[in-house]
Amino acid sequence: MYEEHEHTKHAAHPGYSTYIIVWLALLAFTSITVTIAGVSLGRYTLLVALLIAAIKSALVINIFMHIKFDEKIFKVFLALSGFTLLVIFILTFFDFIYR
Amino acid sequence: MSNHNEAAAINHVHRDDVGAKMGMWLFLFTEVLLFGGLFLIYAVYRYQHPDQFRLAGMELNTSIGTLNTIILLTSSLTVALSIAAMQKKNKFLSMLMLSLTLFFALMFMVNKYFEWSAKFAHGIYPGSDELLGLPNGQILFFGLYYVMTGLHGLHVIVGVVLLSVMLYLIAKDKITPDHITKLENSGLYWHLVDLIWIFLFPLFYLIQ
Amino acid sequence: MSNGSITVNEKNFYQQSTNRYNGILSWLLTTDHKRIGLMYGMGILVFFLVGVILGVLMRLELIAPGKTLMDAQTYNSLFTLHGVIMIFLFIIPGLPAIFGNFFLPIQIGARDVAFPKLNLLSFYLYVIGAVIALIAVLIPGGAIDTGWTFYIPYSVRSNTNISLPLLAAFILGFSSILTGLNFITTTHRLRAPGMSFFKMPLFVWATYATAWIQIIATPVVGITIVLVILERLFGVGIFDPALGGDPILFQHLFWIYSHPAVYIMILPAMGVVSEIIPTFSRRTIFGYKAIAMSSLAIAFVGYLVWAHHMFTSGMSDTSRWIFSLLTFIVALPSGVKIFNWVATMYKGSIDPQPPFLWVMAFIFLFSIGGLTGLVLGSLATDVHVHDTYFVVAHFHFVMFGGTGTIFFAALHYWFPKIFGKMYNDKLAKIGVAGFFVGFLMLYFPKFIMGYMGMPRRYYDYLPQFASLQLVSTIGSWILATTIFFIVGYLIYAFFKGPRAKTNPWGGVTLEWHIPSPPPMENFETIPQITHEPYDFSQLKEMKNE
Repeated sequence: MYEEHEHTKHAAHPGYSTYIIVWLALLAFTSITVTIAGVSLGRYTLLVALLIAAIKSALVINIFMHIKFDEKIFKVFLALSGFTLLVIFILTFFDFIYR
Repeated sequence: MSNHNEAAAINHVHRDDVGAKMGMWLFLFTEVLLFGGLFLIYAVYRYQHPDQFRLAGMELNTSIGTLNTIILLTSSLTVALSIAAMQKKNKFLSMLMLSLTLFFALMFMVNKYFEWSAKFAHGIYPGSDELLGLPNGQILFFGLYYVMTGLHGLHVIVGVVLLSVMLYLIAKDKITPDHITKLENSGLYWHLVDLIWIFLFPLFYLIQ
Repeated sequence: MSNGSITVNEKNFYQQSTNRYNGILSWLLTTDHKRIGLMYGMGILVFFLVGVILGVLMRLELIAPGKTLMDAQTYNSLFTLHGVIMIFLFIIPGLPAIFGNFFLPIQIGARDVAFPKLNLLSFYLYVIGAVIALIAVLIPGGAIDTGWTFYIPYSVRSNTNISLPLLAAFILGFSSILTGLNFITTTHRLRAPGMSFFKMPLFVWATYATAWIQIIATPVVGITIVLVILERLFGVGIFDPALGGDPILFQHLFWIYSHPAVYIMILPAMGVVSEIIPTFSRRTIFGYKAIAMSSLAIAFVGYLVWAHHMFTSGMSDTSRWIFSLLTFIVALPSGVKIFNWVATMYKGSIDPQPPFLWVMAFIFLFSIGGLTGLVLGSLATDVHVHDTYFVVAHFHFVMFGGTGTIFFAALHYWFPKIFGKMYNDKLAKIGVAGFFVGFLMLYFPKFIMGYMGMPRRYYDYLPQFASLQLVSTIGSWILATTIFFIVGYLIYAFFKGPRAKTNPWGGVTLEWHIPSPPPMENFETIPQITHEPYDFSQLKEMKNE
């Protein structure tokens, strides 16, 4: 395992067209989020904006950053750090919400 | 087995592309957590001062923010295309796309410069009398605005340096379709810069 | 284990350089994980001794009520420096950077860490951070006096040099992050063939879990520190209550890192204990998987409990009881470890060599520290003893009695492997005894004083504490003398000690299969792992190697 890592092996990568489609989707989501920001949704404004941002980042992480095609362990790591961040947010807010 | 000569032992070059990428991802997670701390502060203060945050947010220029979002998303595309081109052994296209990325990055910084200097011209900068005259929530908003977009801008500058080095390495054939990990890792870094902006944008420019 | 026979005249890593230089440059520019580990060792040991001296000076001030040696402001700076040095320069990097660097690659059968150059960079970041911290003390303006926690708003108001030590802490954090990143990648990518995750020695498991905390927690404090610096330099409004900021939010962010950081300090120590106990009990570790998993569990649960440092800060009652409840969960994985260690010794053939005696001291002191942790984790009692000597005593029992003791245990356990020399057994036993007695005399009275209401960080006290303070100060003399005595006989052994054998203790993890000191790339051929990590039936084969 030590020196025989399959170091030249690359998982199948998407072609140019996939990237361009993703880019178009990202632009579309951007225009949606800007448009929606003008409409008053009350307390849902922030939620919708964050939801769209989450979709956009999922696209970037999965396709642009190849995590979909890369080693599985990277996904585990990603989940780990995301989960930690979530826990930190929730626990901190136990203070500020109930103060 | 025992009288192995030492020269051979020293000179073996160990190469592990997956390991290098793993290291890069781990580094990116630290970046995420770094900005995560800032987002947490933002969330708490926005929760405490929702109205002041809205008022302060309306001071920011949405069109410049949108423009910068489009620029960064496009630069993310070009860097991805640059890597794909290198994998398809198209050195010229790869360099072209990387140069475009650098161009977009500079455009982003130019916009940022105008945006910040406009704010400075209005007297809104950390420690200014104008800013200190505002209600607390707005002071916090602008404090966070400068710190978060500033730190992000710092990452853009680091990215520009990094990608310029990559461009040089491609030109010198130090990055080839078989030795592409450095380019891929720099690409990952650039996408992260984009990712952070994806969240900064609605949180600062789209509060209305 | 077929890692090849050992040639007698093979050069060790002191004699062979990874680069083309000789002499000092071959060390300063080395990428060898063992040399980097040793360079860390030098720095860390020096700062530890400086921290000890500062501690002794503080105790000297407290020998009698009233001002004896220094004024209050000097005392404030002294306890801050003692904290900053001991925490950021000794105990956080201590075990991972020295022993993790040296032994993690060897124990998984690798020739080096995954990113050797990055490893050197981490070391230099450590040096730069240390130098900046030093400069901050020497330049005019006054040494930092906020306490090592840098609490807002005092840290934006105090006129002493605060930005520089903060910058130092940031850089040291960066060093720590890079080390963690390196260790995780090394553990994932460079294990020898046959070494599955569940065949890794427990020190590797512990260091791996630690590395995750280093990576995930450190950035949070990094940004917090940067914010305080920006606040001081440019008046950016973030935490300062005068600008609407929330000082308690600073405490949250600070402890989001700094609580997991105590697990950065203790986890590698627990890993070392899990190495030493089987070796000197000649018995495989009891509950291998439970110990391995409890390391990960501690690393994870460590994130959920930070606000138990803030019970009296004014945060919401809801989060006070939630964090109090969560805090008790940490006791579970820690208990799992203690019970498994004790079970390992049961019916083993125990060989009470110095490293083992250090571990015994650890179990005793750390149990006291752990159990008093429950007193502090429980909301009602914490409110009573918060910010008293009780906390100081608890902290020193877990950190110094825990990690500090194990620092010496690791030093005694691996000394023959690292230096190829053996120290004097009798002196080493005197060292443990002196440490144990001095430690208890110094810190145990603090539990009593704390319970009686003696607040921490005061340079003066009421007459009723005089006798206990005196006992404590005398303890500090015994403890400090012993520490210098230990360092003394180890240095003597380094120069004049008899040659150590390859496997002086009868250990079976991979480092005991290679010569003492190890050759430059550790293994001639990468070993094929067939045994469980603590399978002592290997000892017979190893004798024939």
